[in-house]
Amino acid sequence: MARIIIPTPLRKFTDNRATIEVKAIDIRESIHALSSLYPDLKKQLLDDAGEIRQFVRIYLGDEDIKVLNNEKTPVTEDAVISIVPAIAGGLASSNSHSVQHTGATQR
Amino acid sequence: MSNVKFSKEELERYSRHLIIPEFNIEGQRRLKNAKVLIVGSGGLGSPLLLYLTAAGVGTIGIVDFDVVDETNLQRQVLFSVDDVGKSKSAAAIERLQRLNPNVNFIEHNTRLTSENALEILSDYHVVADGTDNFPTRYLVNDACVILQKPNVYASIFRFEGQVSVFNYTDQDGNTGPNYRDLFPTPPPPGLVPSCAEGGVIGVLPGIIGSLQANEVIKVITGIGSPLSGRLFLFDALAFETRTLKVHKDPGQESIVQLIDYEMFCGIGQETEDTPKVREISVTELETMKDNDEDFQLIDVREPYEYEIANMGGVLIPLGQIEDRVDQIVSDKKVVVHCRSGARSAKAIVTLEKKFGFTNLYNLKGGILAYADEIDNSLAKY
Repeated sequence: MARIIIPTPLRKFTDNRATIEVKAIDIRESIHALSSLYPDLKKQLLDDAGEIRQFVRIYLGDEDIKVLNNEKTPVTEDAVISIVPAIAGGLASSNSHSVQHTGATQR
Repeated sequence: MSNVKFSKEELERYSRHLIIPEFNIEGQRRLKNAKVLIVGSGGLGSPLLLYLTAAGVGTIGIVDFDVVDETNLQRQVLFSVDDVGKSKSAAAIERLQRLNPNVNFIEHNTRLTSENALEILSDYHVVADGTDNFPTRYLVNDACVILQKPNVYASIFRFEGQVSVFNYTDQDGNTGPNYRDLFPTPPPPGLVPSCAEGGVIGVLPGIIGSLQANEVIKVITGIGSPLSGRLFLFDALAFETRTLKVHKDPGQESIVQLIDYEMFCGIGQETEDTPKVREISVTELETMKDNDEDFQLIDVREPYEYEIANMGGVLIPLGQIEDRVDQIVSDKKVVVHCRSGARSAKAIVTLEKKFGFTNLYNLKGGILAYADEIDNSLAKY
């Protein structure tokens, strides 16, 4: 079973589980297997066309699937797949919205 | 570089650097000669500034327009209780000058914007990004690319941190990937965690900001292998670290000018997309209370937020609002609130659309506004 590491911001969609095991032959199958286990996660990972969103990177081991064979990258039994989201800070709240509006700093 | 001189006091202060064979006085000269800009003097900025000051970076610029508040002190170790209410950049410099009077500090008590970024950054050799929002991350990245400066990047969320060195040009003149090579576009605001899902363990920025400071020192001195073309991930809960490869994206359009980063990140558009709901102010709510008006108060935050501070409302977290709709009355005025007003607006939209409520009012500014204007015994978070 391939192991998918779920980053903190997405764990609310996986009942707080940090790793999920799936049986799949490639990355596409892995992500779809994960999405069917946790349907709320699907919107976060895939766009309406079913493509992996641009602000999420998928890694197989330490390598970006973009430089492998993208979603067709084969996945072995002992594969570790990482989902890497863009994170900006620990306080995406009214505070940081006002910061976002003004375009500056502080965390 | 040999024209950079040190006083006896400096030689003694930096002696633990000077006796590292691959660092030695040449590394220290490079530090003293360097100008580093720290964008944001908060959680990441605190360890960055403390260590770079202690290490003897010659000139340190600080960009921050904010003031110190109580909620900063859990992680922003640069500041103390006496600093609450003071300008962050000024309070930071006051503290740092005591730590190392040999450092020249430049205060930029301003917001970094597309209008001023190139001018501010142009004076520095290295930029370290410790901001907390996507527009500024892309702004710092693009300005560094245009000005050809290394951008030492770190970011944190709850128990998780990321570190990398973007736009780093090595000794052979090859420039590594930048932030846009990793994340070409930011997540839309709707997919950014809300205030109920934010937070950060106070030690994490200390760990990640220290790694960032270490990368700044490596970039300046040229020792070791900077984290260029690699992304370091740290999960403090599982205590797992990973270092992933980052590649240049051949399809990336070249960055030649700064843009409107709020528009790029979809900020502002969300308010247009958010349907209007009826609102009441905290003073109007207080008048209703004073007049013994009959109304129901619903609090759509999470139980752990309710424990920090509450106004005595019926607690129905946003995620349960549809299942517990029978607890919301329809025969009198209902005021719905959350922390600052966004989640309660969402709750009202759902209740109006799916269940036909016509008696719901959003408390403008949420419990934060109530704590500010009516009851300052309530803790703000």
